[in-house]
Amino acid sequence: MHEADSDEAGHDGLALPPNLRRDQPLVPLDSVAGRALMAVIAILTFLAALSAGAAVLAARASEQWRGAVANEMTIQIRPDSRRDMEADLSRAVAMAAGVASIETVRVVPKAESDKLLEPWLGTGLDLVELPVPRLIVIKLRSNVGPDLSAFSAALRHEIPSAILDDHRLWVRRLSTMASTIILSGAAVVLLVLTAAALAVAFATRGAMAGSRDSVEVLHLVGADDAFIAREFQTRFVRLGLRGGAIGGAGAIVVIALLGFVASRLGAAPEAEQLQALFGAFEIGWSGYVAVIMVAAVVAGIAGLVSRFTVRHYLRALA
Amino acid sequence: MGPEVLKDINFSIAPRSFQYLTGPSGAGKTTLIRLVLMALKPTRGLVNLFGQDVSRLDATTLTGFRRRMGVVFQDFRLLDHLTLYENVALPLRVLGKEETSYRAEVVELLRWVGLGERMHAVPPVLSGGEKQRAAIARALISRPELLLADEPTGNVDPGLGRRLLRLFMELQSLGTAVVIATHDLALMELYDAPRLVLVDGHLHVDA
Repeated sequence: MHEADSDEAGHDGLALPPNLRRDQPLVPLDSVAGRALMAVIAILTFLAALSAGAAVLAARASEQWRGAVANEMTIQIRPDSRRDMEADLSRAVAMAAGVASIETVRVVPKAESDKLLEPWLGTGLDLVELPVPRLIVIKLRSNVGPDLSAFSAALRHEIPSAILDDHRLWVRRLSTMASTIILSGAAVVLLVLTAAALAVAFATRGAMAGSRDSVEVLHLVGADDAFIAREFQTRFVRLGLRGGAIGGAGAIVVIALLGFVASRLGAAPEAEQLQALFGAFEIGWSGYVAVIMVAAVVAGIAGLVSRFTVRHYLRALA
Repeated sequence: MGPEVLKDINFSIAPRSFQYLTGPSGAGKTTLIRLVLMALKPTRGLVNLFGQDVSRLDATTLTGFRRRMGVVFQDFRLLDHLTLYENVALPLRVLGKEETSYRAEVVELLRWVGLGERMHAVPPVLSGGEKQRAAIARALISRPELLLADEPTGNVDPGLGRRLLRLFMELQSLGTAVVIATHDLALMELYDAPRLVLVDGHLHVDA
């Protein structure tokens, strides 16, 4: 205790006890019901944060597909014993180079395209005798809406064994899938927030019913409804913050662990394919911010709902 | 609706006055106090407080009026999870005052009622007399214009009862109107004051 406090404490020379409890919450915080509510909020926040994390992961992956694939097309020329492959390749490159919306054209060397088959056929095979198609990778100019159907038709006409592989359909399907995952994640977050709000509303009503005598005493010593509502709100915001922090931290740990496991398994071919589909298993800063936001929103909802419930209850008492 | 507890009652409490409210147990003393406190609404009749009809008061005015009154409940009504210090400081805390601004006053009052060493304690570990003194300290701390005390000396020894009575008298001399509900004749004989006598729900003033 400070000297000033001792002077303030009274006139009989006795100091104010240093361990005197002051301004404790008027609504007790640490009760069985309070801990149960905190556990419910923690679990709901964990689920909502995981859903938000999954939505962010899908959004990032779909962004990667769109960036990497949407600007790229492939011409595939299948081997035909009646045709000269090298001549067809040169012809296709020349045709592609003449299209305005195409930026670059690159013939994938045979060794490189053979390498693409290695994960499936294994190494050490001589693929010379196999009828392996040859690939030409075309990069499109960005911000150009390419109308390539005429080019595709001309290509088929000139070189019947060539196919223009437009990735846009694939990208569209993946985008639809990603959007579905994002929307589902958002819907789960909304449902969980609603469930959290309902849990807090019921818990507040229970706490009010249990504190009816205290509420009457507070009224009679001059507390107004706003003061009492603030006391309950403080209690539930604290519970919401604790529950939200525990749930959010749990979700961050799980996401980080999954990312770590995914990176450790990254060497396997299956993992490479998965990574090609979903991108690296990282939600990035935006994902972690989303998880923290979910936890903060849960705490905010706990405070708002409890305040509303208490005001409603007090109006009914009046 | 049950039977009428109080009927045909007409009385007024003058500012700075001192009176007893007495009568046998079950006569309606506590009900009358709750009516004045606006914790109960009369089924009929008029309650005027500080010059206003309480049935027409809005919530803000009601709260303002309650802040001008102090009350000692027969069953103490202390908050069990708060220490005595916090319980006594409650009326000042709900006014939004800083803890440092009333600390000395609360401690002094607690010492005056003999609870200086018990200010850390929570009500469940206290005796009935200690709870009663804490309840009295809580009613006095905000220096109310009207003090309503329901059996304030019911659980204390005669010596402390006399001290508390002197405290109420001192409060009256400082400008508080005091109403003490009691059926302790010995206490009423210590200080002569008008008696509001309740019998079977009817009231007469015994000056």
